[in-house]
Amino acid sequence: MDELQTIINILLRLHPDEDFENNAALIDGSVLDSFDILSIIAEINDEFGVSIPPNEIIPENFNSAAALADLVHRLDD
Amino acid sequence: MRGNILEYLENTAADHPGNVAFEGEFSRVTFAELLSAARSVGSALAGRGVSGAVAVWIPKSPETIAAFLGVLYAGAPYCPLDDDMPAARVAMILEKLRPRVIIADASHRDKLSAMGWRGEVLDYAEAARAEVDETALSAIRARRIDTDAAFIVFTSGSTGVPKGVVGTHRAVIGYIDALTDILDINSDTVFGNQTPLYVDACLKDIITTLKTGARCVFLPKGLFMFPARLIEFMESRGVNTICWVAYALVIVSSAGALATPPKSLRTIAFGSEVLPAKHLTAWRAAFPSARFFNLYGPTEVTGISVWHEVKRDYAPGEAIPIGKPFPNYGAFLVKNGAEVTEPGREGYIHLRGAAVSPGYYRDAERTSKSFIQNPLRGDYPEIVYNTGDIGKYNADGDLVYVCRDDFQIKRRGYRVELTEIERIAAAADGVKAVACVYSAEGDRLTLFYVGDGDERSVRRTLRSALPPYMNPNEVRRLAEMPLTGNQKTDRLALAALVQ
Repeated sequence: MDELQTIINILLRLHPDEDFENNAALIDGSVLDSFDILSIIAEINDEFGVSIPPNEIIPENFNSAAALADLVHRLDD
Repeated sequence: MRGNILEYLENTAADHPGNVAFEGEFSRVTFAELLSAARSVGSALAGRGVSGAVAVWIPKSPETIAAFLGVLYAGAPYCPLDDDMPAARVAMILEKLRPRVIIADASHRDKLSAMGWRGEVLDYAEAARAEVDETALSAIRARRIDTDAAFIVFTSGSTGVPKGVVGTHRAVIGYIDALTDILDINSDTVFGNQTPLYVDACLKDIITTLKTGARCVFLPKGLFMFPARLIEFMESRGVNTICWVAYALVIVSSAGALATPPKSLRTIAFGSEVLPAKHLTAWRAAFPSARFFNLYGPTEVTGISVWHEVKRDYAPGEAIPIGKPFPNYGAFLVKNGAEVTEPGREGYIHLRGAAVSPGYYRDAERTSKSFIQNPLRGDYPEIVYNTGDIGKYNADGDLVYVCRDDFQIKRRGYRVELTEIERIAAAADGVKAVACVYSAEGDRLTLFYVGDGDERSVRRTLRSALPPYMNPNEVRRLAEMPLTGNQKTDRLALAALVQ
């Protein structure tokens, strides 16, 4: 399974009815809240062994599944 | 002698008229402006002959505070409504409260009419410009005494209907006078407010600001998603004091944002739930010269009643004491009708004193269950509050919170009755048996049910009735509910399914 699909699955566990493939306003559209962000950080750590530094926990990196996948990709390098 | 919360505002507006009192995302008010707006709102309400409870539905801002205080000028208790509450919950609260008037901004006025609310809605902007009716305000004040209600806040109720807890002027004044001394709050204090205005937790920042001439900055809720930015924001506003729910501290330390701590922070108070030891350690390391306070108290005793200044780290799993009661408050442990004083032995935490609420709004039945005759006193009436929390004393004589023996949990700083969630789910189509379990580890709330209804529609039912913090992470259908030997829902078996 690729990174994007894994991330979408993480997000679907938080909000099963959301269209994460297309929604690019997860923060701007108030889909995610602070509890979700914490869960996502923890799950990304579990799934990819990547820890997201505080300066990367910014709206731009959490607005879409694709942005999160990019972030994981960047941090993994 | 102080008998009304408004005296805090009036004294401070006289001493520091030009100081900023509350600062929101879009506006700020000085104490003089706050006084003026509140007196106008009070006059507008008085002109309408309002005396019973008034609901206020305005997004968190300095204007919300002015509306609350305006209701007090009208001699009535305020009841906050909030966008966190779905329409069904607002409707339930309004049905219980039956307010003659609701103060709202333009967007919530529309929302109320869409909900079919037929009562009067007073536009905040209009009320805040109303001419002050000095005669009416003086006449109202002359009849007020300190046992009158100041507010009603709604908290989760196990029967499926939220309970309105009544707070009196006297309770708030006793509480805030004690808290100001304990936390050493003064006109140099800059609060970074995290708690919503519809829970009693906000009194710590809000009323203390009115009393002392401190400044209270409302931290934008969205910043709690991005803790590094939150820290930058606090630094830029000179925030030096925070009274947060423990979960908010956990968000910041979990995200690693304490690597660059704001230098200004000097007082860090937390409560509403247990702060895990490792997060306390992280915060203490980031702020070696700050003072830390663990605060404990139920809404029914108007906020905080028991406090402990934390001066060391704790081992993982070791409980931080909740400490000792505020001056002029009583806290004691009861087991089988007798007081427990021996360290290490458990009992139910009971609280007594002037801060004990008169009870639940229009709910004599539930009031009489929790507000009870002091079980240690048979010779004259004394109503005390049984928190339902189990506690014990440690070797230092400090109280330590142990657990609960019912289905009340604390989640993200909010008090939640699991049975309230179950009652809502049970009312959904195609749902027979339900059970809700919570695992504090990982903050996972799971609702199990048996029936033909699909998971999506059960989730939708829950979302339409409950605020976000009461919604399960997962809704799971089971073929049958696991039962214990005596045919009760086997919650341990369910908890094991979540692991």
